Amino acid sequence: MCCQQMSEAAKAKFAELDRFIDTLNIDRKNERRRGWLIRSLHRAQAIFGYLPREVQQHVAKRLFLSEAQVSGVVSFYNYFTTKPKGKYCIDICLGTACYVKGSQNILAEIERMLGVKADTEPTADGLFSISALRCVGACGLAPVMIVNGKVYGKLTVAKAIEIINEYKKQG
Amino acid sequence: MDSKMVNLTINGKAVSVPANSTILDAARALNIKIPTLCHCDKIGGCGISNNPASCRICVVEVENRRNLAPSCATPVMEGMKVHTNSRRALNARRTILELLLSDHPQTCMTCAKNQNCELQELAAEFGIEEIKYLGERNRFKPDASSEAIRRDLSKCIMCRRCETVCNKIQTVGALTGYGRGFSAKVGTANLIPLAESNCTFCGQCVNVCPVGAITGISYVKKVWDAINDPAKTVVVQTAPAVRVAIGQEFGFEPGAPVTGKLAAGLRALGFDKVFDTNFSADLTIMEEGHEIVERIKANKKLPILTSCCPGWINFIEHNFPDLLHIPSSCKSPQQMFGAIAKSYYAEKIGVAPKDLVVVSIMPCQAKKYEAARPEFAKDGVRDVDYVVTTRELCKMFKEAGVNLANLEDDVFDNPLGESSGAADIFGVTGGVLEAACRSVYFMLNGKNLEGDAINFRAVRGLDGIKEASVEITPGKSIRVAVCSGLGNARKVLEMVREDPNRFQAIEIMACPGGCINGGGQPFLHGDSALLEKRMKGLYTEDERKVLRFSHENKDIQKLYAEFLGEVGGEKAHHLLHTEYHSK
Repeated sequence: MCCQQMSEAAKAKFAELDRFIDTLNIDRKNERRRGWLIRSLHRAQAIFGYLPREVQQHVAKRLFLSEAQVSGVVSFYNYFTTKPKGKYCIDICLGTACYVKGSQNILAEIERMLGVKADTEPTADGLFSISALRCVGACGLAPVMIVNGKVYGKLTVAKAIEIINEYKKQG
Repeated sequence: MDSKMVNLTINGKAVSVPANSTILDAARALNIKIPTLCHCDKIGGCGISNNPASCRICVVEVENRRNLAPSCATPVMEGMKVHTNSRRALNARRTILELLLSDHPQTCMTCAKNQNCELQELAAEFGIEEIKYLGERNRFKPDASSEAIRRDLSKCIMCRRCETVCNKIQTVGALTGYGRGFSAKVGTANLIPLAESNCTFCGQCVNVCPVGAITGISYVKKVWDAINDPAKTVVVQTAPAVRVAIGQEFGFEPGAPVTGKLAAGLRALGFDKVFDTNFSADLTIMEEGHEIVERIKANKKLPILTSCCPGWINFIEHNFPDLLHIPSSCKSPQQMFGAIAKSYYAEKIGVAPKDLVVVSIMPCQAKKYEAARPEFAKDGVRDVDYVVTTRELCKMFKEAGVNLANLEDDVFDNPLGESSGAADIFGVTGGVLEAACRSVYFMLNGKNLEGDAINFRAVRGLDGIKEASVEITPGKSIRVAVCSGLGNARKVLEMVREDPNRFQAIEIMACPGGCINGGGQPFLHGDSALLEKRMKGLYTEDERKVLRFSHENKDIQKLYAEFLGEVGGEKAHHLLHTEYHSK
């Protein structure tokens, strides 16, 4: 990775990740060092928001693993993403209860309104990204939508749009 | 000692096996065949097995067990009653096979692995005559980005042998299981093209792939075109390990050297001159031996590492950039041959280098990559034009109706065909170092080793890592290490990082056992005893020769006298040495 081209902000992020990995005291000879991979990736995604190739390479290097091993784990878990997310992450539950209560329509409407599909790119302004989730365990509130961790329940299409518009106004 | 034995019956026959055995092991002890596909014993000729139990083709029925058991991964238990061919087991296997086939292209006739495919063999054994299930199919674009290895994942059955060999044996780490569920595949990091990955092109994945998902990139058609082009003079060189491996494909005893037949066969294909990479192996020893002597005298840049193996060179370039100053600067015998052919020989016969085509027959996939390295070309003319593997050469012979078994022994052409026994053993782990030691002794003492002393038995054998002291001058020994398999190379290089003074010379080959187990050799099909036989074949070839020392090769001496000048001199350096780059 070329440090000269890296912005100060990115440098700070890598430094933060390094501080975390330092605490793990990884021993290159310990066959079980792989055990720290998922935890490190969680932290990396929390810091960077996503796991682009450079971040994966960095984690691989620090854990003495191959880039392929890291990439394999990232690709396996739905939680990990290699694409940047929007400022607001909209998670729509498509679990059975929510689905029966019409969450598919809510998802379709939000996709149409924002002009992006679920689990792809964020909107052009970088404000929103949409994910489709399986059951979030709040079936009593179905249908459910979560925006940056805040749960909205018993939604209708109209209510959901109202909420999104509210976030849009905040920018 | 864990010698506890477990008693069980399989198909009504009683058997007693060690407690850590699987049902499959026990069945094999009884000579009962259970089909396998993902399972692979001693993968890559090493002690490591591939046991993901992912294909389920080896399921058997176990009494009082609800479901069928994958025999490759189910441990034996006292009193177990196993039925390997019950109706239920056979039906399940058939369904599993049909499901595998439903997501496999039915293009056997045009597949590089036709007649060498384990899936095809199973389909034949099960008498599959139609594909019953028409389901969704994975479609992938083949990756032919590199010069050496082609991956076509639409043929992959997810046995993951390649992943095991790449990560556990070679520790290259180029391949990984990627994604999940039906779309899961074996891929490179972030699915980048193989050419951009950290692949070393050792080709061990090609050797273990049961189907046609990983194959070599073939230049056979280009070789035929060159042979049939009247404007071109086409010469061929053949590597030491080829002569002890190709025989098995033509009914010879496996491992038996068929050097004379091979020379005759190559001539029958229409090559203008049939030369020997052994010649340039002797040349390598002159240069590398000289380098060893110089470095030991100066006590500088030690340990010296051999540099004949392009897979290994790729490995150090990717993984140990801090050690790139210690490999010998000598080109490999293949590239030395190319450089001499396109200069000395081209001049001698009055042919322009661009009209001289150098083809090499190699046991190796990485040699294809090596031949394409930009530093091994001059004015756009490559030193080695095309590389053909042992397996591909077999196909050329078969296509042309040349059966080695029916040919009289022939000899290699001059002036690039003469070689010593020291060159033959380049094809097996330990051989390069032994050959070097024979000449280093002479260079230091002005006389040859005598009698059995020329056989450096301490560095022979198929063990992955060998350490020894060898006497290079009376009363003075150096510490050497010999390793094969890149996982072992990694271990040895880490030793060097920790203690640079532990060894003075190290030989490294990328494939477990050396070139006899190269990525282009006839398939072992799980029979690692073949490696032992090929190794013996090379040592027999060495012992059979009158000439046992590289420095006594008359044509090599002539080459220096007429053309190169001093060993290790300026011209030799220009033509026969190279440098390495961090990747």
